[in-house]
Amino acid sequence: MTATVGQQAQAAARANDVWKVYGSGEAQVVALRGVSAEFERGRFTAIMGPSGSGKSTLMHCLAGLDSVTRGTVSIGETTVTGLGDAGLTKLRRDKVGFIFQQFNLLPTLTAKENILLPLSIAGRKPDPAWYDTVIETVGLKDRLDHRPAQLSGGQQQRVACARALVSRPEVIFADEPTGNLDSRSGAEVLNFLRNSVREHGQTIVMVTHDPTAAAYADRVVFLADGEIVSELIEPTAETVLDTMKKLDTAAEVGN
Amino acid sequence: MFRATLKSLLARKVRLILSGLAVVLGVMFVSGAFVLTDTLGRSFDSVFADGFSEIDVNVAAKPKVQVNEMEGEQTVAPLPAALVDRVKQVPGAASATGVVNADGARVIGSNGKVVTSFGPPQLGENWTGESELLKLREGRAPQAEDEIVINKALATAAKVQVGQKVGVLTAFESKKRDFTLVGVFGYSGDRDSIGGVNEVFFTTPVAQRLMLGEPDVFSSITVQAADGVSDEKLRDDVARTLGADFEVKTGEQVAADASASLKEGLSFFNKILLGFAAVALLVGTFLILNTFSIIVAQRTRELALMRAIGASGRQIIGSVVLEAIAVGLIASVLGLAAGIGVGALLAYLFGKLAGGLTLAGIGVPAAAVIGSFAVGLVITVVAALLPALRASRIPPIAAMQDVATPDRPLTKITVAGSLVTGIGAVLLFLGLSGNAGGQTLSTILGGVLFAFIGVALLTPLISRPVVSLLGAIFSWSVPGKLGRLNSGRNPRRTAITAAALMVGIALVTGVTVILDSAKGSISALAQDTIKAELVIAGQQGGPRPPTFDPGVLDQAKALPGVRLVDGEYGDMARIDGEGTWVAASSDVASLRQIFGAKPTAGDIDRLGPTQMLASSDTATSRGWSVGSTVNVQLTRGEARTYTISGIYESSQLTNPVTLPVTAAKDFAIPQPIQGFIQLDPGTRVSDVQPQVEALLADSPEVSVADRDAFIKQQTSSLDGLLTMIQILLALAIVIAVLGIINTLALSVLERTRELGLLRAIGLRRSQTMGMITVEAVVISVFGALLGVVVGTGLGAAVVEALKDEGITDLILPWGQMGVFLGLAAIIGVVAAVLPAVRAARINVLGAIAHD
Repeated sequence: MTATVGQQAQAAARANDVWKVYGSGEAQVVALRGVSAEFERGRFTAIMGPSGSGKSTLMHCLAGLDSVTRGTVSIGETTVTGLGDAGLTKLRRDKVGFIFQQFNLLPTLTAKENILLPLSIAGRKPDPAWYDTVIETVGLKDRLDHRPAQLSGGQQQRVACARALVSRPEVIFADEPTGNLDSRSGAEVLNFLRNSVREHGQTIVMVTHDPTAAAYADRVVFLADGEIVSELIEPTAETVLDTMKKLDTAAEVGN
Repeated sequence: MFRATLKSLLARKVRLILSGLAVVLGVMFVSGAFVLTDTLGRSFDSVFADGFSEIDVNVAAKPKVQVNEMEGEQTVAPLPAALVDRVKQVPGAASATGVVNADGARVIGSNGKVVTSFGPPQLGENWTGESELLKLREGRAPQAEDEIVINKALATAAKVQVGQKVGVLTAFESKKRDFTLVGVFGYSGDRDSIGGVNEVFFTTPVAQRLMLGEPDVFSSITVQAADGVSDEKLRDDVARTLGADFEVKTGEQVAADASASLKEGLSFFNKILLGFAAVALLVGTFLILNTFSIIVAQRTRELALMRAIGASGRQIIGSVVLEAIAVGLIASVLGLAAGIGVGALLAYLFGKLAGGLTLAGIGVPAAAVIGSFAVGLVITVVAALLPALRASRIPPIAAMQDVATPDRPLTKITVAGSLVTGIGAVLLFLGLSGNAGGQTLSTILGGVLFAFIGVALLTPLISRPVVSLLGAIFSWSVPGKLGRLNSGRNPRRTAITAAALMVGIALVTGVTVILDSAKGSISALAQDTIKAELVIAGQQGGPRPPTFDPGVLDQAKALPGVRLVDGEYGDMARIDGEGTWVAASSDVASLRQIFGAKPTAGDIDRLGPTQMLASSDTATSRGWSVGSTVNVQLTRGEARTYTISGIYESSQLTNPVTLPVTAAKDFAIPQPIQGFIQLDPGTRVSDVQPQVEALLADSPEVSVADRDAFIKQQTSSLDGLLTMIQILLALAIVIAVLGIINTLALSVLERTRELGLLRAIGLRRSQTMGMITVEAVVISVFGALLGVVVGTGLGAAVVEALKDEGITDLILPWGQMGVFLGLAAIIGVVAAVLPAVRAARINVLGAIAHD
């Protein structure tokens, strides 16, 4: 095994026996039941599952947006579990990028200012070469001075992707990034995400319930009832759909 | 619909509480003013009723010169002592007593300073024995010429005891005279004073000489009715016996009249307080307008849904107005309650300050209740009407669309703003140039109101460039830049919030400009014109100006190096039946040599005992010329005829009429009020000043100062006035701060998702707070900037209009303006605290995960 492979295999994000329980007593809901998973560097992983399976909760816990009830979460060398607000802020600032379903751009800033916002908040200068590459890749060169309201949904989401990429985070978490887009714009965004993994070694973890979107990933992790139930490497839309169907059947039988 | 309104009201408690608070404060001012004046009025009633309770019928001379509450105290001419016997013989009179009772008996305390009363008179009287009301607590009645008794409160204030020598200044003797304090008295009900009045009792001859200026005269005669004779019958009988030259009243009438004249002063005070309430409510209106606009904008989807399921536009308006009525009603109740508390507190403080006025029970007059509810409700509903109208225009389709508040163009609002500002400017011009046809004050106030509203309407247009300029200061940091962009985001909202602050700051600035200009102009004039190196004067602590011993004038004249000494006397007189301010100079040469008067006709350097001088303005308006004869009635004595022997050019420093100094003995205050000393060239001021000071040792009310110190002392009353106005206007500024808090809190709520995102991509809590603070500071500094500019404009306009009144210099208080801007920055920081904390606490996950 070469050194490169070794590094490849090292996890960018890791969950170790993670439990997440909401509420208490009668109203108790267990969202995650002892999930352990590793998300390798330089890979595009999709988390899938029916609604209520805990996929969003898992992502929120991994990203340090939500605390875990039991178990540990780490990103790169950093153990997320137990960090205070300042530590979490620093983690988000330096190691994590986000892409949301709702784009979440600041309406007062131009596209360029939105893209550079995480860096300015952290007080860092962008690497000009990398910045150019990102802008080139998302194809927004002539739209940089526009405000979000002047951009289409797909363009806004590409700005959001660029914003996540430009600070070269350890891992980018994408929460249903194509949920609000038409299929053409969605395909553009997904292609772009896959390319950033293949060409630039970016790590991306994406939550989705759309088998077509999941097919863009290198690996799909399936969740049901708060547990990891299956996994696919090099998925296609068909294999993903099949696995989902099986899960549904299992769930029905189980009930 | 009603239930829906109620529910939405409850869901927005905090917002409505904040905007309701503005109404509460305004209403509090209104009801507080009414409660205060009502309570004080009834307290005065009871004080006077008590003070005159022993009297059945009172006889006094008709005042020779009527003065009103604003011009000073009414001084009554004395009655001959022989009149007492005539009154005694009226059938039905059990007894008649001659009473000396005049203001101006000033006791010198153990610290060598005159005890001041800050309002109530300092009476010098003749001792006529104890009564139901008045009882000696210690010692005995005055029997010898040099013996006095005083009331307990005065003894306490002066820190003197029975047996000690006490110095007293009297109406006719401003040189200290020593008396032995032989007794201290109190009043029924264990009171040490009645309404803070200080009383000194002398033996009758001494009281007559020192308080009335001649022997065998009395101020009034009190008559007791025989058993079975009613006060009214006795009054009529006495009046018939004495004829028409006397005022004969029952004790009750005297009390009611005395109280009524004081209440006139109170109602003036009430109007001033209501004026400030109006300012507070104007600011409150901006705040409510803003809150309801934001609420309507936030509820767009909800309101559109209501339209979609069949609610009519009218119902939507009704629902918003209903909310306003509920807020107004609750705020009125709270404001009324708070106002009663504040009124009671102020009445208590006033009673303390006025030397122990015993307060009647706190009363809530109907005017307070009606005023509170009318003002609270009307203001709230009027302010909510515009947002309500906007709410009714929301199309049902908005329920299905993404909520995007379109940036409506500012054309309409700008045109309206220019129009209203123009109306305001025209009204101001008419009012200030004196072309308002008798409605000067209301025209000016209307002009100011229109100007404020007009500028507020123009503010959104101005806000974009100014706010981004102001914000540029903070743009070096990311939170600063974000804050700046946020404050420019909704120009209308920013504008109204800033406009609310503008009103308060503009008024304070305007008043400061006017008063500073007045002060500067007076100082400059005095500096240029008064050619006296030393001035004798004192600080006025009550209704009576400080006086000094006229003997000092002659002694000062004899000092080496002194060239000219002038003592000034003044009084309201009736000249040919018309009230006119008259003065007398101990040395008429001072007119030319000290005050720079220039003769326009006749001779102004000399003045015979039956001659008088007039200013050119007075001479013109009254049709006088040299040689005219006029009939002059002073406060005391008979009317006399004077011949005009000279006319001098009118200036700020000349009096309308100058009488010979021999006339001053019939003035209400027959002692000099100010003295001016001109030195020989080459004489050092510091050589003469201590010698004059020594001469004034027995006139402790006054001191000698050089001219600059005198001018400063004379203008210091303006400083006090300015401070008072600033304190009262501070309330308007406090309300504006509530507005800023409100706007920010609502903005934070609106931008929850954005704040969550910023936190998610690494904005620290402190940076989040910084961002909100910058937004607040930018808004408040913008408001203050507008206020300073508008206020300077208004102040300058008034100063320009007062040019003829002697305010010739426009003085802009740059330092003060700087302070206001600095203050605004601090206000912004303070206002941002709560919203910023709230923003920093936003749950990141909750903010971005919610749909």
